Amino acid sequence: MTSLSSRDTALVDAAEPRVGFTVDGKPHTLRVPPTARLSEVLREGLGIEGVKVGCDAGDCGACTVILDGEAVCACLVPAARCDGVEIVTVEGLAEAGRPGRLQEAFWRRGAAQCGICTPGMLTSAEALLRRTASPTRADVEEALAGVLCRCTGYAKIVDAVLDCAADATTAPAVGAEVGAAVGARIDRLDGRAKVMGTDAFGADAWPEGTLLVRVVRSPHHHAAFALGDLDAWRRANPGVVAVLTASDIPGRNIHGVIPPLADQPVFAERVARFRGEAVAAIVGERAAIRALDLATFPVTWSALAAVLTPDDARRPDAPLVHETRAGNVLVRGLVRRGDAEAALSDADVVVEGAYTTGFVEHAYIEPEAGFARRVGDRIEVFACTQAPHMDRDDLAAIMALPPDAVRIIPSAVGGGFGSKLDLSLQPFVALAAWVTGRPAGVVYTRPESMASTTKRHPSAITVRIGAKADGTLHAMRFEGTFNTGAYASWGPTVANRVPVHASGPYLVPHYEARTAAIHTHTVPAGAFRGFGVPQAAVAQETLLDELADALGFDRLDFRIRNALTNGAPTVTGQVFAQGVGIRACFEALVPHWRERRAAARAFNATAGGPLRRGVGVAGMWYGCGNTSMSNPSTIRAGLGPDGRLVLHQGAVDIGQGSNTVVAQIFADALGFPVGQVALVGADTDLTPDAGKTSASRQTFVTGAAALRSGAALRETLLLRLNAGPDARLSLDGTMLRADDGRRDSASLDLAGLEPDAHGFVFAAEETFDPPTSPLDANGQGEPYAAFGFGAHLAEVEVDVELGRVRVLALICAHDVGRAVNPTLIEGQIEGGSAQGLGLALMEEYIPGRTENLHDYLIPTVGDMPRVTSILVEEADAHGPFGAKGIGEQVLIPTAPAILNAIRDATGVLIRDLPATPGKVHAALAAARAAGARP
Amino acid sequence: MSRYLRPGSIDEAVGLLSTDAALRIVAGGTDVYPSLGEAAARAAFLDIVRIPGLRGITRENEAWRIGAATTWSDVVRAPLPAFFDGLKLAGREVGAIQIQNAGTLAGNVVNASPAADGTVALMALDARVEIAGSDGRRVMPLGDFVTGVRSVALKPGEIVTALLVPDRPAKSRSSFLKLGARRYLVISIAMVSAVVDLDDAGMIAEAGIAVGACSPVARRLPALEARLVGVPPAQAADVVLASDADVLSPIDDVRARAGYRRDAAITLVRRTLAACAEAAR
Ligand SMILES: Cc1cc2nc3c(=O)[nH]c(=O)nc-3n(C[C@H](O)[C@H](O)[C@H](O)COP(=O)(O)OP(=O)(O)OC[C@H]3O[C@@H](n4cnc5c(N)ncnc54)[C@H](O)[C@@H]3O)c2cc1C
Ligand code: FES
Ligand code: FES
Repeated sequence: MTSLSSRDTALVDAAEPRVGFTVDGKPHTLRVPPTARLSEVLREGLGIEGVKVGCDAGDCGACTVILDGEAVCACLVPAARCDGVEIVTVEGLAEAGRPGRLQEAFWRRGAAQCGICTPGMLTSAEALLRRTASPTRADVEEALAGVLCRCTGYAKIVDAVLDCAADATTAPAVGAEVGAAVGARIDRLDGRAKVMGTDAFGADAWPEGTLLVRVVRSPHHHAAFALGDLDAWRRANPGVVAVLTASDIPGRNIHGVIPPLADQPVFAERVARFRGEAVAAIVGERAAIRALDLATFPVTWSALAAVLTPDDARRPDAPLVHETRAGNVLVRGLVRRGDAEAALSDADVVVEGAYTTGFVEHAYIEPEAGFARRVGDRIEVFACTQAPHMDRDDLAAIMALPPDAVRIIPSAVGGGFGSKLDLSLQPFVALAAWVTGRPAGVVYTRPESMASTTKRHPSAITVRIGAKADGTLHAMRFEGTFNTGAYASWGPTVANRVPVHASGPYLVPHYEARTAAIHTHTVPAGAFRGFGVPQAAVAQETLLDELADALGFDRLDFRIRNALTNGAPTVTGQVFAQGVGIRACFEALVPHWRERRAAARAFNATAGGPLRRGVGVAGMWYGCGNTSMSNPSTIRAGLGPDGRLVLHQGAVDIGQGSNTVVAQIFADALGFPVGQVALVGADTDLTPDAGKTSASRQTFVTGAAALRSGAALRETLLLRLNAGPDARLSLDGTMLRADDGRRDSASLDLAGLEPDAHGFVFAAEETFDPPTSPLDANGQGEPYAAFGFGAHLAEVEVDVELGRVRVLALICAHDVGRAVNPTLIEGQIEGGSAQGLGLALMEEYIPGRTENLHDYLIPTVGDMPRVTSILVEEADAHGPFGAKGIGEQVLIPTAPAILNAIRDATGVLIRDLPATPGKVHAALAAARAAGARP
Repeated sequence: MSRYLRPGSIDEAVGLLSTDAALRIVAGGTDVYPSLGEAAARAAFLDIVRIPGLRGITRENEAWRIGAATTWSDVVRAPLPAFFDGLKLAGREVGAIQIQNAGTLAGNVVNASPAADGTVALMALDARVEIAGSDGRRVMPLGDFVTGVRSVALKPGEIVTALLVPDRPAKSRSSFLKLGARRYLVISIAMVSAVVDLDDAGMIAEAGIAVGACSPVARRLPALEARLVGVPPAQAADVVLASDADVLSPIDDVRARAGYRRDAAITLVRRTLAACAEAAR
C-alpha cells in the first residue's frame, strides 16, 4: 500500500540535511549532521555558545531555547527537524548589545552566581513572560522547574523574574561611594557576561580546528585489563589521530592534591581501581570522535574482587586498594581534650546514636571541560578549575616540564563546590595537544563527570554526648569512618577537619574524636563544601536535641547555654579573645523559634489529616582556611601609564563572588571607586597565586591580601604626591590627584612614567597567610585564625502517610564578621542551604546506578522554601574589614535542622541519610509498631 | 553512519519502516535522545512529528482521538471535558515545561516505562491504541498494547497513529496523583489515576483506577472498581482496602522499596478518589 512518491514526501537529504531557520532574529541556512542535537548545532554550527549543555538528556534545562514560542531542551531536538522554525536563545534577549530587561534583573538580584544555568533560566522565564505578562510566583516556579541550578537555591532567580512582570520594576543599580564599597550590594563585577550568555566556560571559545578527546574508562569497580593493538584500531578509525595511554606520559603518572600522598594515575596501568577510572584517551577530529563506538576499543577486562564499603575494606582478608596502605587505611585523625570516657560516666544524662550518609555528588551544572594547546615548548590549559596554581604544579610533573612552562587559564567555572580542586581533564587535553601539536579539548559527558570525579565522603558515625543536670555539656566521644574511595584526594583533610569540628560550636570540656579515611574500590571522595563537617554536624546536632529533651531544656536555649564565647577554649584548646559570634546567631533565631513552634503546634492540633509540622534548629562553626597549614594568598595591583587601575585577582570565582568581593575590599583600602577597578583573572602567567578556592578562605585570606595590597598602593601614591593619609585620591584619564582639603590638590601625569616589568607605573604586591599553629599529638593547637559561625531554623511539613517531607521555611543566621556584599552572602546562604536540603532529603550517589541527573536528584525550584537570611557581624581581627568566610558555613546546619524538624513533627529521627519518603515512612511505621502515635 | 528521514505521510512512514529495520521513530525525542546518549551520533531517525494530521485532539464518534504527535502541552492547554482532568494533571507532572512542550503521549506509551505517567492516566480512561502498518490499521486496548518493561505489541514496520479515549458521561470526574522524591522533574515512585462516572443520583456508576510504577506495566484495580459502583463519591476513599494492592508486584529500586510502594499506592488511591469526589461537589 505504500508508495514512495517523491511528490508527497518531505523526505530529507539523508546524508547532511540542509536546514534554514531563524535564530535570535537572524536567518541561517546550514547543513547539519543528520541526528545532531539542536544544542550542538547552535553551539558548533553557529557559534551560539550562550546555549549551555549540562547533561544532553533533558534533565538540567541549561540548553533551553524558545522554539516557535515554546521552551524546549535543545539537546532533545533533532536539528534536522528545525527547517523553517524560529529560535530564541539567551543571546536574543539582549537589547542593542546591552542586557535586556530580564538579564538586567538577573544581574541586579544576584540571580546568576556561576552563570551556567543562567541562559536556560532566562529563556525559560522569557517563554513564560511572552505567554503570561504578569505571572504569579507559582507560575514562575512552574516555568523554571525544568532548569536546575546548583548555586543559588533559586530564590533570587524567582525574584528576578517577578521583577519583570508587567507591573513590576527592577531596582536601580546600587552605586558605592569611595570608601563605601564594603557593605554595599553592588552588582557582580563579572555579572554582565553571565547574564548575556557570553562568559566563556570550559566548553566555550575553543580555537578553530580543536581536536576532540574521549576518555576510555573502566566499567568495573576493580579490574585488571590489557590493551590490544591500539595502532591497528586507530588506523581502522579514520579521523582518530592518536590513542594515549600511561606509556605516553612524559613525566610521572601520578597526581594528587596533597603531594606526599599523591597516588592517582592519569591513566590506570594494568589495574583499574574504580568504575570510571581512565585507561586511555582517544584524540581525533570532532565528527569522527563523536561517531566512535567505544565498545570496539581494544581492551580486555578481568574483573577482580572489589571492596565497596569501609566495613568490607577492613576485613582481614580484604584486597588492598593500595599495597602500601595496610588495612586500607589512608589516614586517621584525632582530637582529644580532657578525659571523655571518664567524664561520660559521670555525666547525668548521656545520649548516643549511629549515623550513616552516602556519597553526595557536587552536581554542578557544568561538566568538566576545557582545551589545551601547545605553544612551542610550553603547554596552555584553558579549563574549569578551583586551583590554578596547584593544577600547574601537578601538570608540570605529569608533563615533565618546569612549572613555568605550564600555563593554566581558568575558564569561567560553572560551579565547583570542591570537586574542581582536583585535576580531572587537564592531563588528557595537555597530553593530547602536546602529542598532536594541535589544540585538543574535552567536554565530559554527565555520566562521565559523575562516575569519575570526586564526591562527598560517605560516613558512618557514632557519637555519645553527656551533660550535667544543670544543662551544661560535659563530654563527647565521636568516632567517624569515611569512605575515601580509591585515591587519597582530600581524604586526609576530611579526616583532620572533622575531629576539630565535631563538637559543634560549643564548650565541651571532655572530648575525644577519632576519624579514619578508608580506601575502597569506589570513585575517590574528596572535597565538598564542608570537608566532612556537614556529616559530623548531622550526628552531633540531632543528638543535642535528644539531650536537651532528656534534660528538660528548650532545644534552642540549651544551645545558647553551651555556645562558645570569647575567651572559652575550643576542643583544640584554642582561645579566641574576639570574633566568636555563635551565641548571637542562636539569639537571632529565638523570636522565630518561639513563633514558628507555636504555629506548628497550633497547626498540628487543628489540621487533622496526614500532615504534621515541626521546627528544628542546628548550629555550626567552621574554620576559615587550611587546618594548621600555611595557605597564603598574594594580590598584585597597580596603575598603568594609561591610567588603568588593575587588580590581579587570583582567587578563582566559581560563582561565589570573589571577583566582586575582593575588588570591593581592595577599592576601599585604596580609596578608589570599585567601578574603576579592572580585573585581571587567575591566569598563572599573569597573576600571583591567591591559593585555591576552598576552605571558605577567599574572602578571609585573599581579601586580607587585597586589603594590604590596596593599602600599600595607597601609601605609595600618597607618598609620591606628598599628600596626607586622609587625602582623597582620584584618577582622571592619566592624571592622578590627591586632595586632602587643606591646600591645592597634588597631581601627577602617569603617562610620562616608566612602567615596570608588569606594565605598572605604581604597583603593590602583598601576601597574607592566616596565623595558625600546628596541632600536637592530641590535636591541641590553633588550627585556624578565625571561625565562621551560624545557625539554621527549619520548618517542615511531614506527610505521615507517605513519608514525604516538605521544607516550609529556612531561617539562617550567620556570623560573617562583615558582610562585604550582602546580596552575594544571601546568595551563598540560599544556595548552600539548598545543598543542605538535598543532603538531608534526596541526594545519594550510587556508583553505576545514579550516574545522571535523572536518577541522582538535586533540589528543583519547587523543593526550596523561602530562605530568610540574618547576617550577624561579629568582626574578626584578622579578616579584611572584619570579614570571615561563608562558602561552606552555609551548608552545614541545614541538614540537621531539617532532621530535627522532622523529629519535632513526628517523633522520629532519621539517622541514615537521605531521609527519602520511603525511609521516613518506614521509621514512622516502626514508631507506630512500638506504640508511638506520630 | 547516522541518518535522518522525515516522511510526509503515515503511509510513507510505514513504507520506510518496513523496508529498514534500523530506523527508530522519533517524536518528542525526550526518551529517544537520553536513552541513546552518545550513540545518537550513530542513529537512524524517522521523524514523525511533522506528518500532517498527526498532531491534535479531535472528537470522532464516541471517542476522542489524540494524534500521535500531540504533546503534553497540547493536552494541558486543550479545552476538554472534565474527565480529562486526570490526564491533564499527569501532563503537568511529566518532567517540566520543556519536556511537556516536546514529549508526546504516544511516545510515553510506546516507551513503555513502568513509571510512565501518561500510560496510567490513559489506562484509567480505557484508552485504546491505533496502529498503522503495511497491513492497514488496527486498534487495541492500551492494557494489551503495553506488554512489559520497555515492550509493546508493535510489529516491525508499525507506527502508533493515535490514542483513542472513549467519551464519558458529562458527570464524570477524574484525578491523578504522583509521588516522587522531589517536586518537579521526577520519575514516579508510584502514581495513581482515577475516573468516576456518576449516575443521576450522584452515586458512582463506573470507576476506572490505574496504578503505575508498582508493576512492570501499570495495573487497573478491577476489584476495587467493582466495589465502588453505587457508592457516593465522598465515601469512595473508605471503600479502598489494603488488599486492593494485591494485584500489584512492586520492586525495590534506587527510588524506593517494594513495601513502601505498595503502601503508598493505596494511600494515593484513597487520595485520588477523594480528589475526584472533591471535583464532583
Ligand atoms: C527530564 C525528563 C523528565 C521526564 N519526566 C517524565 C515524567 O515525569 N513522567 C513520564 O512519564 N515520563 C517522563 N519523561 C519521559 C518522556 O518525556 C515521556 O515518556 C514522553 O512522553 C515521551 O514522548 P516523546 O514524544 O518525547 O517520545 P520519543 O522520545 O520521541 O519516543 C519514545 C519512544 O517511543 C517511540 N515512538 C514515539 N512515537 C511513536 C509512534 N507514534 N509510533 C511508534 N513508536 C513511537 C520511539 O521510537 C521511542 O522508542 C521524562 C523525560 C525527560 C528527559
Ligand atoms: S543539556 Fe539539555 S537539558 Fe541538560
Ligand atoms: S548559578 Fe545556577 S548553576 Fe550556577
